[in-house]
Amino acid sequence: MATEALTGQEPATEPPSRGRSYAARRRLAPLWLMTPGGVYLLVFLIIPMGILVYTSLQSGGAFSGRFYFDWDFANYTDQIVQYESQLIRSVTYSVIVTIACLLLAYPMTYWIAFYAGRWKSSILLLILLPFFVSFVIRTVQWRFLLADDGILFGPLKDLGLMSDSFHVLSTPYAVVAGITYNFLPFTALPLYVALDRIDRSLVEAAKDLYSSRWEAFRHVVWPLSLPGVFAAFLLTFVPATGDYVNAAILGGPGTTMIGNIIQAKFLSELNYPEAAALSVILMVAMLILATAYARVLGTEDDTLTATI
Amino acid sequence: MSMAEVAAARSTGTEPAPLNEPRKRWTRFILPGFTWLMIVYLTLPIFVMIMWSFNDIPVVGSPRQTPKFWGFTLHWWRDLFGIAGLSDALKTSLFIAPISAFAATALGTLIGLALGRYRFRGKAPVNFVIFLAIAVPEIVLGSSLLSMFVLAQAPPIGKITILLSHIGFSIAFVAVTVRARVQGLDRALEDAAQDLFANPVTTFFKITLPLIAPAILAGFLLAFVLSLDDFVITNFVSGTESTFPVWVYGATRIGLPPQVNVMGTLLFGAGLFLAVLNVVVQRRRARS
Repeated sequence: MATEALTGQEPATEPPSRGRSYAARRRLAPLWLMTPGGVYLLVFLIIPMGILVYTSLQSGGAFSGRFYFDWDFANYTDQIVQYESQLIRSVTYSVIVTIACLLLAYPMTYWIAFYAGRWKSSILLLILLPFFVSFVIRTVQWRFLLADDGILFGPLKDLGLMSDSFHVLSTPYAVVAGITYNFLPFTALPLYVALDRIDRSLVEAAKDLYSSRWEAFRHVVWPLSLPGVFAAFLLTFVPATGDYVNAAILGGPGTTMIGNIIQAKFLSELNYPEAAALSVILMVAMLILATAYARVLGTEDDTLTATI
Repeated sequence: MSMAEVAAARSTGTEPAPLNEPRKRWTRFILPGFTWLMIVYLTLPIFVMIMWSFNDIPVVGSPRQTPKFWGFTLHWWRDLFGIAGLSDALKTSLFIAPISAFAATALGTLIGLALGRYRFRGKAPVNFVIFLAIAVPEIVLGSSLLSMFVLAQAPPIGKITILLSHIGFSIAFVAVTVRARVQGLDRALEDAAQDLFANPVTTFFKITLPLIAPAILAGFLLAFVLSLDDFVITNFVSGTESTFPVWVYGATRIGLPPQVNVMGTLLFGAGLFLAVLNVVVQRRRARS
């Protein structure tokens, strides 16, 4: 029993002649396997996040370029007050984006998972294809598509179907549309995994019990797809809040998001503590949501990652 | 999730039949119509990119992409490496991506094996870290890494910091890919090998490794594409060095040279080729 619990092996599968040293080796095997990658993740994922928090509590002269650590929590309050409007705007955009992504992706993935039959993986591939191209390039193409005289609006304006002053670029619409476009696969993949996993016989059973299509969806499919909805929310909401590429490429002066501030402070102003404070706020939001997700569904639930 | 479920999900042969569609009304076209509309929406920028790589923009000074399509030309395809900065950036990307993918695959595969195969103390936290590495916003990861490199004042910001960061964010993706495959393995095959007196090392190389090879390859390709495409994290840790996406982002302020579309089209073509190849190979494997 003891070895079974430690190694996850059924004792019967161990050749008896090898005895204890074999069991010990099996117990150590996962540690050996984990060590190189684990150390790497520790050094280049966990420790940097700690240092981000450390940096966010530094203070120092923006002129001298030297910072020292002194538990400067004022970084947080100052930044939140100063960039309140950008923070609110980022969250607002992200809420709209997340809802739009879910509304667009759910019917699509539902159809693929339940009705596309043997074409399933091919259609899924079609959906993922655009994401072989760097998202900077895709976003730039949207700028040309949405341009005032671009191939979408140009002909409409020439025909007089649209007023000449109509424009989308540099407005919040362009930014929200751009983020929605870029985050759609992160919403679609977990939804697809969750929907595809639903046992079809449950839906059949509901129908045998005289439920309508809608009732079967409402009481069987929808509740079973909720892990996918949560995972989609997790992969879309906080990352979309922190996005700055869409605002930079598609937006204008009135669409600055919190990501643009973080990026400018880190890379142009070199004011690391202030930038780090804003970044930590995003990190904490993510940690809270991720912890909640892990609590509810467990860390081994791979709805989040199964199609990768 | 049980092994049977994974096996069922992974093998292409046992797809559940599509549900019966008794309705013969027009409403049955809504969902497929919507899906195809979404596919058009998703691929629209790619079409523009490919089309605009042939756009005959008047050559005055340094030509930039315009919203207008002027006519067809192969000029930009012939002059692919006409812009030194862009070519260098692409070279940097193509230098970093394979190294990053190789290292991440090696490290990530081992983690995937440990997580998929064994129960051990600390497994839940490791799973959580992997999960976090995938879900955390890139801007947080990028700023964390930059904070560390700035504080440590080493290594010098440039190719090395880009490479170290790329390996870091790719490991988790490789690990989950391999983990899923390992969990779906039929344990009886390994037991059989051991019953036939193969030692653990032989069993691993003769049985386990060939069985998880498709996942390792998929993880490698994924890590390669992630490295090639990454902008946000790279932008933070690259300093004056430029990778392909970083150069393109920098160029958007003054306008995009048409060669960017050609390179984008080529990379897209390569990705498409590998994806189709992967599907074909998987199908063939599943059949045999």
